[in-house]
Amino acid sequence: MTDAFAGDGGRPDPAEPGRAWVFGDNIDTDQITPSRFIVSSDPDELASHAFEDLRPEFSESVESGDFVVAGENFGSGSSREHSPLSLVGAGVSAVVAQSFARIFFRNAINLGLPVLICPGADAIEDGDEIHVDLDAGVVTNHTRDETYEAEALPEFLQSLVEQGGLKAYTKAKLDG
Amino acid sequence: MSGKTLAEKLLSEKSGTDARAGDYVEADVDVAMAHDITGPLAFQTFDEVTGDDGELFAPDRTVFTIDHHAPADGVQAANNHNAVREFAAEHGANQFDVGDGICHAVLVEEGFVGPGDLVIGADSHSTTYGGIGAFGTGVGSTDLGTALATGELWFRVPKTLRFEVDGDLQDGVYAKDLILRFIGDVGFDGCTYMAAEYAGSTIESLPIHERLVLSNMAIEMGGKTGLVAPDERTESYLERQTGNEIDLADAFVSDDDADYEAVHSYDAADLAPQVSKPSNPENAVDVTEVAGTEVDQLFVGTCTNGRYEDIKIVADILAGETIAPNVRMVVVPASKSVYQHMLQTGVFQTLTDAGAVIQSAGCGPCAGYHQGVLGDGDVCLATANRNFPGREGSMESSVYLSSPATVGASALYGEITDPREVETKRYDDTVFAEVLP
Repeated sequence: MTDAFAGDGGRPDPAEPGRAWVFGDNIDTDQITPSRFIVSSDPDELASHAFEDLRPEFSESVESGDFVVAGENFGSGSSREHSPLSLVGAGVSAVVAQSFARIFFRNAINLGLPVLICPGADAIEDGDEIHVDLDAGVVTNHTRDETYEAEALPEFLQSLVEQGGLKAYTKAKLDG
Repeated sequence: MSGKTLAEKLLSEKSGTDARAGDYVEADVDVAMAHDITGPLAFQTFDEVTGDDGELFAPDRTVFTIDHHAPADGVQAANNHNAVREFAAEHGANQFDVGDGICHAVLVEEGFVGPGDLVIGADSHSTTYGGIGAFGTGVGSTDLGTALATGELWFRVPKTLRFEVDGDLQDGVYAKDLILRFIGDVGFDGCTYMAAEYAGSTIESLPIHERLVLSNMAIEMGGKTGLVAPDERTESYLERQTGNEIDLADAFVSDDDADYEAVHSYDAADLAPQVSKPSNPENAVDVTEVAGTEVDQLFVGTCTNGRYEDIKIVADILAGETIAPNVRMVVVPASKSVYQHMLQTGVFQTLTDAGAVIQSAGCGPCAGYHQGVLGDGDVCLATANRNFPGREGSMESSVYLSSPATVGASALYGEITDPREVETKRYDDTVFAEVLP
């Protein structure tokens, strides 16, 4: 389902295992991207400050292909697209959360950052090695030898993703 | 089949379909807005999808504001401002500059939005427009950038969570207290993917400036929008405020047999002033539970409670008084016209006499950029909308949220104080309109 996600534009492939960085519930966009840094729109610059106040070691140690795992309502608060963009810049492979705030979810999809709603994500511990099968919607935890089902994207969104995402869809519409 | 909610009707009209909750629709946008933080990213998207010679879907219904870092607090912010000015000039869009005020105040005051409109803003508090019966919703920069080119955007038609309030509010209790209670009851994500709708005799009697408060903070329970059915009060407010002719026949109200996800009912008389404790708006408690908490800073302003009536309520309490020692009060009017009203009516003088610092119109310290950022250990009581960890500065600071009246009363004593202990006023919609020509 996800040609626009996996490996597109140099994005890491979520099918490759990576470290899970685990966060709690209600992680808002101020905690993902503190407001003093969002004067920049550059993914690399934003990545260098991701979670800076909440977890300063994240931006120093995160590697391309790592995963962000969270509890309920990840990305709540402001509409700033700088938050998912900072995770794209950091090379985060996918975000797996028990639930997402609406605007963050849309923004991530628009940027080609895979987001998975996964009720069982709370079983993942910080530092676990995981990978994601986007087609099957399954998260595999290699450290604990467990798998967790993720919710499938709604058909409408899946179709949008298959058409290359909102920007490609809009371009085609304008050219049409 | 059941009737339709206001949200379903409005999105049906804008998409030309028989839309029901859960449907995905592509809808025509009436008004699009971005500001100095979200604009530059949206412009990138717009340029990318249109090529070099892109045109806005409707320059007259596109608005850009410079409000978040205004006046510029650094070189990057200043460059963002220039990017907004250049894009607006190149494409003929409406643009408001430093000191003109917060996007959500400007769009209502200047008459860009009206009942029945579909409004997207690259700012999460775009839910505010629901207070005049418009479907206002916050989007990211990519969504906004593509819609600037096409005038269209996809939406999942939301279910609706209805809040019904009847009876009279106690003195010292306002719409802010209602919305903090709603958020406390359903939780920070209790309205995610849904529209909030506010109804009942209490809501019908609320002036528009207070209805806007309810809608503004719908996002703090995850709401996609926060709607109040427009009525004669809406009509007369907008006509007086903007000079626009309003036709309520173009607007929408929910059917009596509409299908709601849930209905929460309240007796207004039971509600005490509310305070949301750090560090989430859902931590709402009766003010009596936190009364006596010492504060270092008081902040009056924001798109939630930076209107003239809000600031006047504070000034009424502080008239002839002095703010408690060792407490600083920062006041940031939501718009230039609020600022000018404060000058003309003596509110400015009253507040500075009492010891407050008044800054130019804009977002102020709400998101921790400038004009009153908090340090380690600082405790702030704010009329703002968010109190996340580090929201207004240091991760070691604490922010409590309340109504302007609670902030005003607390200023007298330097600790969180029940506004029912002082004399408080309540203003209808005429107080703002009658001063300026």
